Order: sequence, then structure tokens, then C-alpha cells
Amino acid sequence: MDSGINTSSHFKPQARCPLQRNFLPKKTSKENPERFIPNRSAMDFDYAHFQLTEGRNVKDEATKVSSSPSREAYRKQLAETMNLNRTRILAFRNKPQTPVQLLPREHSVYSLYQQPKSVKPRRYIPQNCERALDAPDIVDDFYLNLLDWGSANVVAIALGRSVYLWDASSGSVSELVTVDEDMGPVTSINWAQDGLNLAVGLDNSEVQLWDSVASRKVRTLKDGHQSRVGSLAWNSHILTTGGMDGKIIDNDVRVRSHVVKTYRGHTLEVCGLKWSESGQHLASGGNENVVNVWDCSTGRSLHRFQEHTSAVKALAWCPFQSGLLATGGGGEDRTIKFWNTRTGACLNSVDTGSQVCSLIWSNKERELLSSHGFTQNQLTLWKYPSMVKMAELNGHTSRVLYMSQSPDGCTVASAAGDETLRLWNVFGIPEDAKKAAPKAVPQPFSNVNRIR
Amino acid sequence: MASKTVAAKDIITLHGSAAIVSEFFCYAANSILYNRAVYPEESFVKVKKYGLPMLLIEDESVKSFMSNLTSQISEWLEAGKLQRVVLVIMSKATGEVLERWNFRIETDNEVVDKGVSREKSDKEIMREIQAIMRQVASSVTYLPCLDETCVFDVLAYTDTDVAVPFTWIESDPKLIANPQMVKLHGFDTKIHKVDTLVSYKNDEWDEEE
Repeated sequence: MDSGINTSSHFKPQARCPLQRNFLPKKTSKENPERFIPNRSAMDFDYAHFQLTEGRNVKDEATKVSSSPSREAYRKQLAETMNLNRTRILAFRNKPQTPVQLLPREHSVYSLYQQPKSVKPRRYIPQNCERALDAPDIVDDFYLNLLDWGSANVVAIALGRSVYLWDASSGSVSELVTVDEDMGPVTSINWAQDGLNLAVGLDNSEVQLWDSVASRKVRTLKDGHQSRVGSLAWNSHILTTGGMDGKIIDNDVRVRSHVVKTYRGHTLEVCGLKWSESGQHLASGGNENVVNVWDCSTGRSLHRFQEHTSAVKALAWCPFQSGLLATGGGGEDRTIKFWNTRTGACLNSVDTGSQVCSLIWSNKERELLSSHGFTQNQLTLWKYPSMVKMAELNGHTSRVLYMSQSPDGCTVASAAGDETLRLWNVFGIPEDAKKAAPKAVPQPFSNVNRIR
Repeated sequence: MASKTVAAKDIITLHGSAAIVSEFFCYAANSILYNRAVYPEESFVKVKKYGLPMLLIEDESVKSFMSNLTSQISEWLEAGKLQRVVLVIMSKATGEVLERWNFRIETDNEVVDKGVSREKSDKEIMREIQAIMRQVASSVTYLPCLDETCVFDVLAYTDTDVAVPFTWIESDPKLIANPQMVKLHGFDTKIHKVDTLVSYKNDEWDEEE
């Protein structure tokens, strides 16, 4: 009958008029303005079908059109495969000046260009710790975070039910607080960004805020969690707490009713908690092996990484590449994984051979420091992104659970169940080598400069 | 009918080919910036290259950006790790990607691995590049007008095992939704084969109802 039209196929070509109507006189010429007569032999059915059914946004990830959950999943999958398999997509860091102003050049573009690209002479990384201090009664529990070095250059460490402060500039030690037995051991401590206020998380689920200068308790945050608070992270006036109940709570410490937001994404203890430099994203690691990246403004989970096979306590945001997050897995996993938190892609995964308890990025170079447990209990310094081992620092005799970086970025303090707190000049040599005078007071850090 | 005499072939090494491709990219990028009016006309200066008057931008920051780019691209080409280079033009205000100039590169791995060299007439490569440059210049006839102020960026698609220098960061592909694509000519140095493709955002008026 009509040339080229046989059965009704399961698709309709994009025609102006439907094919059914036959009232017009038959014309065999191609130029028929009233009716579209398809030429089947010239058609690419697969492509047409694809266009019609899958349609628009399979290839494109950057669409602003909202898509259904399955499309989202497909897009993610595609992004992951594309990123993992063959290609890396790189952009030059220093973007050129935007067209409008032809006058002052952006300072950053010019200054970075002048940085020598040649290899700098390798710096000497001391193999032994610079100092080892006593830390008796420190709790040897993987899920706690008992050490923090504040911006006022004071190290806070929790030993049992007490919190001690060690001033790194003067070497003086003071006891901040010893909590009562019913409040249990201290389970986490974290300095606020000003370096003067200290948050102390307790086994009984409360969090105390202390003014370290006046040695006075400012406030107690209650009724947030149902069990111990193992991880803390500050974001200006917001103290984020992670508990054994799997909840993460944003507490505004200025207001009476302090619970501002609750993030539910973990089923077991939240042992790792870190805000990104921008304060926009929160990374959390749990005992159920999941890493969540939360968006501060919406409170929703941007990404959920389930690739680790053990608890994730080690989390660190990269200071020189925004959106890059490094995570380390515990005893069964032993890997460090790198994530692009913009796309959710896993950029790299490195097997370290030992449980990863903590991760710290260098502020000065492209390096990453990880602390480990069985068997070596070492600190490993890696070059990024090649992940070549630059140094392995030994000294601890039990797993190095807690690590924190000095405000000047040169030194790292590490503490372990072997009841020592060690200081390593791993990132650089501090300008003025401060040798603090040993104190004659009978206090935990009295054995200065002696390796236990 | 004059029979075509076989042009004398020149030896092309990996290093030379990488230099040709990265230089091509530099000139092509400049040409795109000029033709698409990303930067005002006054900021360009005319030079002679490929037998055509080519325009190079004078602005220091862009020049240093380009030179960093070309040296890095050249390095990656010699290692055989570069898959493509994309010049992205985005709206300054919204950050939306308006155009994507895609230069796909196929490397002859044998040359990278074994260090052999190939033969092709320089003139012929020049002619091929000339054709592409002419096409870029004439592309203004069908590409939609870029009315707003635009900025550009360059993405490099490399193999995963490449060593990323300090000055480069990972990026997303900056794709366009529903692009129109036009394939331009390519050129081949017998070691590297470069294909050019421009994809642009659909002009609203062209969309069928």
C-alpha cells in the first residue's frame, strides 16, 4: 500500500502527521508536504529508539533538569566508571584573568606561576620522635578521639577521666578537669577554632565546654545523645558531635536549646568526624564501615561511600585540593581511599597493610601522614598523589590511635595505648626549637625527653 | 593534468609531533578566543603561522596560562598519556557551559614505546592544520552568539596513571546538556592524530516544538 510503511512498529518516528490517515491521494514522490513517508531502509532504528526512550540526559551530567532516582543512579554509575576506568580529567589550577578587567592582574595567578617547578631538595625527616611524654591511663579504644592540638599551641589530651593541657610553647602542664566516676571516662576532646575553648565529650553522653584560660566550665550539653560521644568537630559556633548511638548532632553553643540539626546516616558508632575547610561539608565515618559526606546547608547526605570493609575513623580533607577527602579503614580494611566529593568518585585506593587509625594532610607540601596499628605501629608519610612512601616513623609499641597537627604545621603529636605522647617533626623543622624546661611537679608529663 | 608528485617526506619524531600538536593547540585556542569574542579584539596581535594570519592574545595572565598549558600538554603527549584536550567556554555570570571545543588525540603507542619515528611531509601537516584554522574562523557563522561575558577553561583528559603536577587539579567534565555537535577537520602527524569537534548549547530559537 503505502511505500515503506509495513507493520506498526513499537515506535513512531518523529513525524508531523501520524501515519494512519490515508485519505489523501497516494503520492509516491518524496516531496509530500501533507504526510511524512518514512524510508525504512535509510533509518537508523537503534538511534531513533534510543533518542526517544532514553532521551536527553544520558550522556550529560551537568544538566539542571531534575531527574528521577534511577537516572541519578545511572549518572553516578556512569561518572564513576568514566572516572575510574581510563581517564582523569584535569584542569589547570590557575585560571587566567577574566576578560573584563584588563588592568590589575590577579595576584595569585602570577605568584604561583613563578614557583619553581624543579624538584626541591628532599628535606630530612627525623626518624625518631623529637620528644616523648608520659600519658598514663590513656584509654586504648579505637573509636575515641582523645588528642587535639589547638591553635593557641596547646595540646589537650584525655587520660582516663582527666583532661590535661600541655602548652607546647612553654612546656608547662596543667590539669583542666577530672570528671566524676558516673560521667565515665572522657571519650573525645576537640579545641574550638579560637584555640581557647575546649569541648569534652563524655561516656555518659554529655559534652562539656571548658574555657581553658580561666579553667572554668562554660556549659554542659545534655540530652543530645543517648550514649557516649566519641567524636567532635567544630564549625565556628557550631559543635558537631558524633555518638555511639549513630547520631550526629549540630549544637549551637550560644543558644539554650542547642540541638540545631541531626544527621542520621549511621547505624553504629560515629568514630570519625571532620568539617571541610570551607565549613560547607561534613565528613563522618562510622563503625558500620560507611563514610557519609553531608551538606551543611541542607543537612542531607551528598554521598555515601560504602567501599571500606572496616570502621572508618581516619578522615582528612585535603587543604590544597578542595573537595578531596582521604579516608582510612580499620583492621579488616587497611586501605586509604581518596574521594572527589563533588562527583562522588573514588579517585584512588591504596593498601597500607595495617589498620589506619588517623590521617593528616601536610599544609606545606603535597603529603599525607597516616598512623597505623598492628604490627609496626608506625606513622607513614606518603607523597601525594603518587602514594610513594616517603618515610616510616617507628617508636610506638601499640597502635597509634590518636594524632594531631601543630598550628605551625611542622609537628605532629601522636598518642597510643603504650601510654606515650610523641612529637614528630615530620612536616618541617620548627623555626625556634623550643626545649621546654622539665617541670618538677608530679604530673603525667614530668618525664620529659625520656622515651618510656 | 599535472600528476601529483610525491612530496618529499620529512622525519617526524615523537618530540617533534608533540611540539606540533601542542603548538597547534595554542594557536587554535587563541583563535577560538578571538573568534568567539571571549576577549576583546584589541587584546590580540597578529602573527604569521601556518601560512595564515593568526591572532595571539597579549594579556599576560592568559599568555602564561597558555604557555604552562602547552608545555604540560607537550609533556603528556610525549608520554602518550593525553587522550584529549577540551576548551570550555562558560558564561561568567552563571557558570553555565556554552561551548566545548573538543580535540581528541590518538597516539600511536608504538612510537611511544619503541621510539621509532615516522615520515610525513611537513607541508601536508601544515595544510591540514590550515584547514582546521579556517574552519574555526568560519564557525562563527553557525555558532550561536555569545552575548554575555564569557570565561574559558581548558580540561585535559589523561590516562589514570599520569603524574599530576602541582598546578593541575581534578575536575568534572563540564558537559553541555543537549548539545549540538559539529565535527571539524582533523590532522595527523602519523604519530598523533587530532580530531576536532565543537559542541554548543542549543540556541533557543532553533529548538523544535
